[in-house]
Amino acid sequence: MSSAETSSEYEKYYVPESSSLAVRATIGLVLSVFGGGLVLNEMTFGGTHDTGGAAKWVLFAGLAMFIATLTYWFRTTIKENKAGMNSSQLSNSYVLGMFWFIFSEVMFFAAFFGTLLYVRWLAGPWLAGEGEGGRMNFLLWEGFEYTWPPVTTPQEVVGGAMSQPIANNGAFVSQHTSMSFADAQAWYAWLPLWNTIILLTSSVTCEFAHRGLSQGNIKKFEAWLAVTVALAIIFLFLQAAEYYEAYELFGLTLNSGIYGSTFFMLTGFHGFHVAMGMTMLLIQLIRSVRNKHMTSTDHFGFSASSWYWHFVDVVWVFLFIFVYII
Amino acid sequence: MGDHHHGPAKGLSRWLYTTNHKDIGTMYLWFSFAMFLLGGAFAMVIRAELFQPGMQLVEPGFFNQMTTLHGLVMVFGAIMPSFVGLANWLIPMMIGAPDMALPRMNNWSFWILPPAFLMLASTLLMEGGAPAFGWTFYAPLSTTYAPPSVTFFIFAIHILGVSSIMGSINIIATVMNMRAPGMTYMKMPLFVWTWLITAFLLVAVMPVLAGAVTMMLMDIHFGTSFFSAAGGGDPVLFQHIFWFFGHPEVYIIILPAFGVISQIIPAFSRKPLFGYASMVYATAGIAILSFVVWAHHMYTVGMPVAGELFFMYATMLIAVPTGVKVFNWVTTMWRGAMTFETPMLFSIGFLVLFTIGGFTGLMLSIAPADFQYHDTYFVVAHFHYVMVAGAVFSMTAAIYFWLPKWTGRMYNETMGKVHFWVSFIGFNVTFFPQHFVGLAGMPRRIPDYALQFADFNMMSSIGAFIYGASQLLFLYNVIAAIVAGEKVSDEKVWDGAEGLEWTLPSPPPYHTFETPPKIEEQPAH
Repeated sequence: MSSAETSSEYEKYYVPESSSLAVRATIGLVLSVFGGGLVLNEMTFGGTHDTGGAAKWVLFAGLAMFIATLTYWFRTTIKENKAGMNSSQLSNSYVLGMFWFIFSEVMFFAAFFGTLLYVRWLAGPWLAGEGEGGRMNFLLWEGFEYTWPPVTTPQEVVGGAMSQPIANNGAFVSQHTSMSFADAQAWYAWLPLWNTIILLTSSVTCEFAHRGLSQGNIKKFEAWLAVTVALAIIFLFLQAAEYYEAYELFGLTLNSGIYGSTFFMLTGFHGFHVAMGMTMLLIQLIRSVRNKHMTSTDHFGFSASSWYWHFVDVVWVFLFIFVYII
Repeated sequence: MGDHHHGPAKGLSRWLYTTNHKDIGTMYLWFSFAMFLLGGAFAMVIRAELFQPGMQLVEPGFFNQMTTLHGLVMVFGAIMPSFVGLANWLIPMMIGAPDMALPRMNNWSFWILPPAFLMLASTLLMEGGAPAFGWTFYAPLSTTYAPPSVTFFIFAIHILGVSSIMGSINIIATVMNMRAPGMTYMKMPLFVWTWLITAFLLVAVMPVLAGAVTMMLMDIHFGTSFFSAAGGGDPVLFQHIFWFFGHPEVYIIILPAFGVISQIIPAFSRKPLFGYASMVYATAGIAILSFVVWAHHMYTVGMPVAGELFFMYATMLIAVPTGVKVFNWVTTMWRGAMTFETPMLFSIGFLVLFTIGGFTGLMLSIAPADFQYHDTYFVVAHFHYVMVAGAVFSMTAAIYFWLPKWTGRMYNETMGKVHFWVSFIGFNVTFFPQHFVGLAGMPRRIPDYALQFADFNMMSSIGAFIYGASQLLFLYNVIAAIVAGEKVSDEKVWDGAEGLEWTLPSPPPYHTFETPPKIEEQPAH
C-alpha cells in the first residue's frame, strides 16, 4: 500500500470501460448449477424428476461456457498487463484479491476440519453414552461403542437401517480397514506418507522456481516449475490409487458412516484443490515456455499460483495429522 | 484509457456490461428493493393466515414455504445486497477512488444474484414445493425430510456465497488500496470502516456456509452421514456450523447500518461524530466477539452446562461495544443544532427501536431464561426489531440521505415524513405485541395458534399491512424524485453533511476522482 501512495500518485488506475465477460460467466455458472441440480435430482429422486437425459447436456454446456469465459477473462487481463495498462496500484489490487481469496478457502476447509474435530471429540463419545450429551444412548443406540477410526456405525449396532428407532436415511456400513497409520500393513506401503513427502517436496521445488525467477534465471525457473507440476501429478495419481484401495479393498466408501464422510470430504476437496493448483502452475509454465511471459519483476500469475500451492500444502499437513495419524 | 470523460453506454448493454461502481450500485439497490417487495409479499401471506386463529387461507405446508422464503429472500436478497449497493455507490466517492478496485468482478458479483433468486423462487413451482424447513434449514428437516427442490436451494446458496465473497474481496481491496493520498485509515468515514470490517466477516463466514450446504448436498445425494446419528454424525453439528456462519451474519447485516447512522446523525446534529476512534474499536470488537457466541442460538439443544455458560457470558459481552455505539450516537446529538428531516427521523427511529431489540437480545442471552423464550414469537419480535427497525430503517434513511446526491433531485419531504411515521407506527403495531404472545408461549413458524393469542395477532397483522403499504409510498416518492423531483443546486445538499462525496456535484459525473483529491488536514468524518 505504501508503494501505491508514493509511486503511483499520478498514475491512472485502469478501469475497463465495459465488459461482457461477467454476463457470459454468469450464464455459464447458472447453466452449470441448474444442470447439475437436475442431474442430481434425477439420480436421487428418479421417476418424478426425469428430464430424459437433457439435464447432463445443460450441465456440460454450462461448464464449457464457464471455463471458456474464465480462460478468455484471464487472457484479457494478461494482455492488458502486457500492454502496460496496469499501474503498480492495480497490481496491488490483484495481490490483495488473491490473498483474501485464499483466506476464504482457508475458512471453507475450516468448516470440514471443524466437523471432523466435533465428531471425534464430542458427538462420537456422546453417541456411545458418555458425558452430558449421552443420556439418551440406551434409548437410541444401545451397545454402540466409540472408537476412532470407528469400527461400526450406530446403525449397525442396533441391527441395520430398518431397526433403528429414529428416521431412516440410508444404510451406513463401516469399512473393515481404515486409512490411518494404525491400520497400515507396513510403513512403506502406506500411501499417505508418500503423498506427504511428495507434497512437501513440491513446495520446496516451487520455492526454488520462485528464486530462479527472482534472479532472472528463466531456465532454472522453468525446470523447477516443471518438477513441481510433475510432483503434483504424481500426488493426484497416488490419491486416485488410494481411493481405489479404499473402495475396492477396504470397504471404505461415502456410505461408511461418519469416518467415510469426513475422510472423502476432506481428502476429496483437498485433491480438487491440488488439481486446481496444478492446473494454475502448469499454465504459468506454458506461458513461460511458449510466450516468454515471465520476467523477474513481472510475474504475478506465477506468484499467485505459488501462494495457492503453498496453501494446499499446508492444508495437507493438517489433513495428514488429523485424518491419517491422530 | 486517455482522459476522455464520456458518459454511460446506451440501452440495455449499459447495465449488462457495466464496470462502473455507480451503475452497479444502482442495480444492487433496485434489485434489493424488488426482493424487499417479494419477501414482503411472503410476509403478508403469513400475517393474513395469522389474522385469526384456525386455518384461514393457505395449507400448513405452504405456510412453511412462506416463512422459509420470507427469511431467505429478506436476508440474502433484500438486506445484504442493499448494503452492497450502498457500498458500491459510496465507498469510492468517500475515499476519493476512481472506482472499485476490481471493476469487472464487481459486475459479476451483481449479475449472478438475480438468476440465483430466480432459481430459488422457481422452487415454489416444483414438485414437492419450495423448501419448507425455515430460513435456518436445520438438518434433518433440510436433508432426510426435504423436498427435492432442496438441491436448487443449495446451489442458490452457493451462488449467493460466491457473490458475497467476490463483493467483499472487492471492498477490502478498494479500501486497503484505493484511498486517496492522505486518507489514512483513521480519517475514513465510519461507513467505510464498518464496511471494511463487514467484508472481512463475509469472507470469513460465507465459505463456512458453503461448507454446510455442501455437506447437506452430500447427505442428500451421496449417502454420507454428516448430520445423521445413525452413521455416527450429528444433526446438532449442522446447527453449530450454521450458526458459526449465522451469528457473524447478523453483524454483517447490522454493521453497515451502524455506519450509515454514524454518517447521518452528525449531519443533522451539525456536530462531528462523538468518539470516532471508540466507534472504530467498538465495531472491531463486535466483529471479533461475533465468532465466539454462535451457540446462544441453540441453548435448548442439549449442550454441556460449561458450553451454555461460556456462550452466555460471551454474548452478554457484546452489549459493551454496542452500548459504546448507542451512547456515542446519543452524545453526538447532545446540544447539537438538530433538525428532523426524513433521514434523521429514520435514524432516530433506528436508535430507539434498535436499542429495544438490543435489550431483548440481552434477555435472550440469559441461558436459563431462554429455555422459556426459545422458538417463540418473542424471538421473532426481537430479531425484527434488529433487522427491520435496525437494518431496514437505516437503509431507508440512507436512501433519503444520499438520493439527492445520486440523482441531483430532491424527494418530497412531507411524503418522506409521512412514510416515516406510518412505518414507525406500523412496525411497532406489528412487532411489539409479538413480545407479549411470545412470552406467553406462542411458538413461531406455526400456522395456527391458541385462542388467547387472537387479539394480539390481529393487531400484528393490521400493523404488518400498514407497514407493507407504507413501502409503496416510499417507492412512489423515490420514483417521483428521480423523474420530476426539484433539482438540487448545492453540492452539499444537507448543510451539516461532511465528507468527500459532498464535494462532488449533484448528481456526480459518471466517473469521479480519476485523479485523487487532496485530503485536507481536517478529518473527513
